[in-house]
Amino acid sequence: MAWRNIHKWLTNPAMLLPSLLFPLFFFTAFAGGLSRVDSVPGFDFDPGYTTFIYAFVLLQASTFGGIFTGFSIALDFESGFARRLMLGATRRGGIVAGYWLAALMRAAATIAVITAVAVVAGLNVNGNGIDLVGLYTLAVLMNAFAVLFATGVAMRLRTMQAGPAMQTPAFLLLFLAPVWVPYDLLTGWVRAAASVNPATLVLEAGRGFLAGDPTKVLPAFVVAAALAGLTVLWARGGLRSAERVA
Amino acid sequence: MSRSSLLVQVGMLARRSVVRTLRQPAMVVPSLVFPLLLLAINSSGLESVTRLPGFPTDSYFQFALAIPFVQGALFSANSAGTNVANDIESGFLNRLSLTPLRRVALLMGQLAGILALGLIQALTFVAVGIAFGEGIQAGVPGALVIVALSLVISLAFGCIGAFVALRSGSGEAVQGVFPLFFAALFLSSMAIPRDLIEVHWFQTVADWNPVSYMLEGIRSLVIEGWNGEALALGFACAGGLALIALAGASSALRTRMVRA
Repeated sequence: MAWRNIHKWLTNPAMLLPSLLFPLFFFTAFAGGLSRVDSVPGFDFDPGYTTFIYAFVLLQASTFGGIFTGFSIALDFESGFARRLMLGATRRGGIVAGYWLAALMRAAATIAVITAVAVVAGLNVNGNGIDLVGLYTLAVLMNAFAVLFATGVAMRLRTMQAGPAMQTPAFLLLFLAPVWVPYDLLTGWVRAAASVNPATLVLEAGRGFLAGDPTKVLPAFVVAAALAGLTVLWARGGLRSAERVA
Repeated sequence: MSRSSLLVQVGMLARRSVVRTLRQPAMVVPSLVFPLLLLAINSSGLESVTRLPGFPTDSYFQFALAIPFVQGALFSANSAGTNVANDIESGFLNRLSLTPLRRVALLMGQLAGILALGLIQALTFVAVGIAFGEGIQAGVPGALVIVALSLVISLAFGCIGAFVALRSGSGEAVQGVFPLFFAALFLSSMAIPRDLIEVHWFQTVADWNPVSYMLEGIRSLVIEGWNGEALALGFACAGGLALIALAGASSALRTRMVRA
């Protein structure tokens, strides 16, 4: 399953390019265009703005790597492939595991490209090896959360029309966090939303790892693991729903 | 062929194009909702940027209000391209090529739906700017000029979408080009004025990017009042791009109709 999905992704430019290009656009636009933001009074992130934005784009790439895999699942249902697969599979949980592995590999490839560009653009990592393991483990957990969420949606609705139902919650979760400036510099309703958004903890912990100053590590891991755990149940419900019509 | 006959042809195809566009909520709603959602998030998330010395306004909402107009036009490009590609894939264009319909009528008719969508977008974004911001500094005439510039921008991007569709004949190719349109928006003075961009290569790209001048034309009316240079550059970039893309689309249509 994982190989089939990865092969489809790599050989279909319409799928490959947006998933690679969008995070890159975000990174170049914000790291380049908004680099002056680190001069704003109150901006206190020592490694610099490129590193500050890298943490967000990393999180975005891992999350959307999962969401885009949900699109592939919906497409497989539309084409009839997923139904045939479900009839043939003895352990259907393996189907979901295959999609998740594909999502993880997609995210890893995207993150590798973004990291290479970020290093060229001046990524400044003050954290040590353990910090980096923490950072990328958070990314893996967010990827698992996203793919399981998208799987639940795709297996319940079984149509590409479900795209916005997968994409919009992920978009809101990510963008209602302190994306461009630290939480303390947020104002208005976005600050209120960020204060209750679980992605804020994950993002702040990720930035702490990059700065070599781990912060809110335990809450971030608890939140990320809880999101992934809840979506396991959600995806299992989706699988049951798909099984009923298979 | 008489002028009135041409107008009848344009009118009939324009009516079909407008009805087809407005009957697809999936085409209209995202082109309004996503730019407004980003405006709401950006204006609150980046408010502290207005504290930078030299930032032209103390409200990021006012600064960012120009973005939805261009972003909406990018959706128009996608819609125009997808509509034309659908006509090619369904064989509608082939059947039209057997009639004495003129090329210019076909192209203008196809783009009418995009202009209708552009008008809805522009009026909505102006209304949001007035309702939630500090109004348009250039007043009611300025708001009308914003709508006019916005329509030219929609036409420009719509023509590019139509050009891609006519050259490739595939809706998938139009979707594939969509990220490039977004790159043009991101690599502009979208988030910060050009003179405040610190990274040299980014500033150079933004200086050469026509989207920067489209944004600055609209932005000048919102936060400054009347700025002849910004407006002239905005209209010149949008109009120039529209003319080039229209010529390209017309040439691609001629090739396609010969093939048909």
